Amino acid sequence: MRQAANTNTMLSSSHSPTAATPQLPTSARRSTRPIAAAAPSPRPRAGTTPAAAAAESLLPRGLRAELLPRHVAVVMDGNARWARARGLPSAAGHEAGRRALEEMVRLSRAWGVRALTAFAFSSENWSRPKVEVDFLMRLFERVIHDSVAEFLREGIRLRVIGEISRLPVSLQKIAKETEEATRSNSQLDLTLAISYSGRRDIVQACRKLAQKVQSKVLRAEDIDEALFADELETGCTADEFPYPDLLIRTSGELRLSNFLLWQSAYSELFFTDTLWPDFGEADYLEALCSFQSRDRRFGVRKL
Amino acid sequence: MLGSLISYSPSVNPKVENPDELIATGVLASLQNFIRKCIVAVLSYGPMPKHIAFIMDGNRRYAKFRSIQEGAGHRVGFSALIASLLYCYEMGVKYITVYAFSIDNFKRDPTEVKSLMELMEEKINELLENRNVINKVNCKINFWGNLDMLSEPVRVAAQKLMASTAENTGLVFSVCMPYNSTSEIVNAVNKVCAESREHAENVANNGVHSDISVEDLGRHMYSAGCPDPDILIRTSGETRLSNFLLWQTTFSHLQNPDALWPEFSFKHLVWAILQYQRVYPYIEQSRNLAKKKL
Repeated sequence: MRQAANTNTMLSSSHSPTAATPQLPTSARRSTRPIAAAAPSPRPRAGTTPAAAAAESLLPRGLRAELLPRHVAVVMDGNARWARARGLPSAAGHEAGRRALEEMVRLSRAWGVRALTAFAFSSENWSRPKVEVDFLMRLFERVIHDSVAEFLREGIRLRVIGEISRLPVSLQKIAKETEEATRSNSQLDLTLAISYSGRRDIVQACRKLAQKVQSKVLRAEDIDEALFADELETGCTADEFPYPDLLIRTSGELRLSNFLLWQSAYSELFFTDTLWPDFGEADYLEALCSFQSRDRRFGVRKL
Repeated sequence: MLGSLISYSPSVNPKVENPDELIATGVLASLQNFIRKCIVAVLSYGPMPKHIAFIMDGNRRYAKFRSIQEGAGHRVGFSALIASLLYCYEMGVKYITVYAFSIDNFKRDPTEVKSLMELMEEKINELLENRNVINKVNCKINFWGNLDMLSEPVRVAAQKLMASTAENTGLVFSVCMPYNSTSEIVNAVNKVCAESREHAENVANNGVHSDISVEDLGRHMYSAGCPDPDILIRTSGETRLSNFLLWQTTFSHLQNPDALWPEFSFKHLVWAILQYQRVYPYIEQSRNLAKKKL
């Protein structure tokens, strides 16, 4: 059942409308992606999902489908450091990071994670050198543009959150178009946080509510948590799984850094020293296994 | 009363329940004090955190592992809390915030909730009567949370304690109970909306207020006036925030020692600060960057 590694190979020709579960037809293929890459592997991964790779979709040993997080969030930290360690310009680090993200999307899709939110660019990142910022904006544009076909094929719904008005017009345009085109997809909700800040998200929700109170649509006393959560930028995205179950942060930083503050109230946090471009299947597996072993009590005692 | 089944950690004597007894005297204690002062002096050479927040997790597990009654785990936890307070004071930490009780915890077994409330009332009254600890650190005590959800005697005691320490200028000790960060944020939003309605500001062209800022919201949080925590320590190895200080800890250093809360002692605190000092330059940089932009 192994199909040729061809960008047009359809995984979807053999999958059911339900989420990619162990029932997908597979054939054995070991992942050749180096775990801690000494050098970037220049494989174009955009849109390439040969059916053979679906070997990984048979949930790897140790993972149980019912204990998987439904929504995974990731802070993709470490591209610049990765590049510096190899004497490469930071652009190379970001490209490698892009490949890591595509791999993660592929794995999430294969293993049945239903929603993935990635922190691509924070409000604080605007203070980086202009050259780097411009490169990143062009990279995002290229990534979204190149991935539209894959999204449509794989049933991935894209959404971009953040201060969209600060982004270059061309990026805004392609993001909007892709959101429209993939609106009805339901296999995986991919949310890219570009120019996002958790506090700013809360403030903009507050402003919207203040406006409603102002125009007498709402009384200030009626604002409760549910109402508030709807006004957040994540309020209309993955309606089924709005809050991350698992939040992964790479490159050894032990902070949230202004990402999904409200939404990660009960998320399990997973910190790893691996730099983002090196974050591959083995690391993802480790994060998911760690998640499975956690005892989530939500404040109540489990009897 | 706790029985001889307990083997206590070297730093906290679980038999000692009265906070005053933790301020020990005697030759051995003086020697320990001296050694601690030396360690603190060395630590202080590097950057010291101003504000440490604790999620005091692990009391029930502590009780289970030592086969003592569950309520006793919380009592030992309280002793550990007072000890940590004193150690932090020695280190020059000015603000301490602890997660004492979450609004979600009301969903627990009613008998457990009741015994926790009784314990809190008992401890608050002890602190009110015998003010050695408070006076030693010149402590100002705040209670953050929806105090209306507390039963009458606890609420009254808490308000009395707050009032009686309001003038103190030393350590600021904030107890979050019953607290949820999401409800703190919604509470702040309510106030900000009500405030802006009163001011009846001009509406921007897209119909959204453009003047509500991060500072406006920050002013209405319970933590107004306190700096953000530098370190957030959650004991017992769990890595999650559980709806605690979500707004305030966005740039805090998150630490998850495996020790259960009643086992948390001076050496854990020293280690926490050493880890903080290691990453301090990077944290400061991000924080300054954020202040500029937001």
